[in-house]
Amino acid sequence: MSLKLGVPSKGRLMEKTFDWFAKRGLTLARTGSDREYAAAIDGIEGMELVLLSAGEIPRELAAGRIHLGVTGTDLVQEKLPLWEQQLEEVQPMGFGHADLILAVPQCWIDVDTLDDLDAVAASFRQAHGHRLRIATKYHRLVREFLTVSGVADYQLVDSQGATEGTVKNETAEMVADITSTGETLRANHLKLLADGLVLKSQATLWRSRVASYSEKDREVLKALTSLIHD
Amino acid sequence: MIKHSDTLARAARLRMNFEAAGAQVVDPPLLQPAGTLLDLYGEDIRARAYVTSDAVRGEQMLRPDFTLPVVQMHMHEGAEPARYTYSGEVFRRQEHDPERNNEYIQVGYEIFDRDDPAGADAEVFALFALQLRGLPLRAATGDIGILMAAVEGLDTTAVRKAALMRHIWRPRRFRALLDRYAGRTPLPESRLKLLSSEGKLTGSATVVGKRSEADIDARVDILRADAAAPALAENEILALEALMAVRETVPFAMEQMRDIAVDLPAISPALDRLDMRVAALKARGIDVDNLDFEASYGRTSMEYYDGFVFGFYAETRPDLPPIASGGRYDALTRQLGQGEEIPAVGGVLRPDLMLMLEEGQS
Repeated sequence: MSLKLGVPSKGRLMEKTFDWFAKRGLTLARTGSDREYAAAIDGIEGMELVLLSAGEIPRELAAGRIHLGVTGTDLVQEKLPLWEQQLEEVQPMGFGHADLILAVPQCWIDVDTLDDLDAVAASFRQAHGHRLRIATKYHRLVREFLTVSGVADYQLVDSQGATEGTVKNETAEMVADITSTGETLRANHLKLLADGLVLKSQATLWRSRVASYSEKDREVLKALTSLIHD
Repeated sequence: MIKHSDTLARAARLRMNFEAAGAQVVDPPLLQPAGTLLDLYGEDIRARAYVTSDAVRGEQMLRPDFTLPVVQMHMHEGAEPARYTYSGEVFRRQEHDPERNNEYIQVGYEIFDRDDPAGADAEVFALFALQLRGLPLRAATGDIGILMAAVEGLDTTAVRKAALMRHIWRPRRFRALLDRYAGRTPLPESRLKLLSSEGKLTGSATVVGKRSEADIDARVDILRADAAAPALAENEILALEALMAVRETVPFAMEQMRDIAVDLPAISPALDRLDMRVAALKARGIDVDNLDFEASYGRTSMEYYDGFVFGFYAETRPDLPPIASGGRYDALTRQLGQGEEIPAVGGVLRPDLMLMLEEGQS
């Protein structure tokens, strides 16, 4: 057995993860053909690289099938209600910044705060006969945020992609989505709520608290930690 | 460890006692249509109830409580007056505390009766106290109706009263609204800017979505009218705050609230009803002089109750949920009755927790 590190299997998140480790003296690389999900790790003995979809990494860490993993704070908190007990944050990695935000149409000139949103949700429900719909894929995070904020009479509708378009299509009245620059929001005539920041997220290296660690794994982990923090 | 068969045996005995008290046994389905529950509780219910679905019926929930299906059944086909009892599993998601059960037995007793609400309140409470006698429990009582009467009686606009009423069960938002209407919190920059404008504001930004320009114009009018409305009077706010803080034995609580009624006269009829309930409880042998009353009790966890509320708590086990709880839910029958309504009160017991406490005693 070796210490298993799970990293996102494709795209910019994978490349940036590879760069991040390279700067710290660890070479991560895919091996074999482009389509094969095999990978290798150089610069430290006793570690194994596992390529996974970023969305599966929280679950694998929580199950203890990998010891370390790179994924966003948003995915960890959405998928693992007890994440603090299951995972330890080793190091925020400084890329993959994304904020989970609430956004409403720009034409809602009377809405700027959660206070406004709550009042509008109540009158919308009276006028239109259904609760104000918020399109999102982050159901748990958004629901908990709105519960704590005391917003009622809303409804979450699932949207796994092109979420900003749901308002124009009238399948939702507003959205809760990840944004980095806000450009897509503006292009779709949406604006941020002043106090509607649900979560600030970035790519982070996590350690599983539930995985089993052999004596050797612990030594490797120690070596890795000193590389990272130097 | 309590054996499930013992819990079932105790549940059966409790249900028999309730039958003997005049209740008819009902057995609502385990799967409930999700729509009704979502309409009632909003999205928050998803954090508490298990959702499943099929292609024909859509979303269904494993019943998170019995009250809702019993009310629906009664409003649909019940004769009056009616008493019902039931015993069976309810299911609650536990996302934050793996120690808590996600499935347990509840035994309940519900009264639908127009004639004597005070008597029905006392009947439920006394019947529950009887089942629980000998256990080391503390009873908490309250009355959401008094708080609702206080809000209804405030000298302010209908819009403000409706907003406060809607958030009686969300104390934090209620507090924030109250502070705003009292003029204690400054308005956000964006609101000041909006209020400094005149005339119609829509028409420049591209309209997207179902909320129309007319909806937006209407709210701007409401906000302008609200800005012109005077702040809540200091004496009313202080009285309302004093009311929410009342936490005493029944006789002292009553005395305090009669004092508060000088500034909030609208609560007097609700206090008269409390007087009648207290008399009815006394007539059934409840030691009302030592019974606790909290004016804010039931505001956080029992969203559909709108009158008498009660709970029995294990004094030595603050970690446990209430062993029994219940209350009056007249408004719920109105909401589910499609034009019909009937005063109703009821509650549930947890036989598993009763056995656990008995085991701890011996």
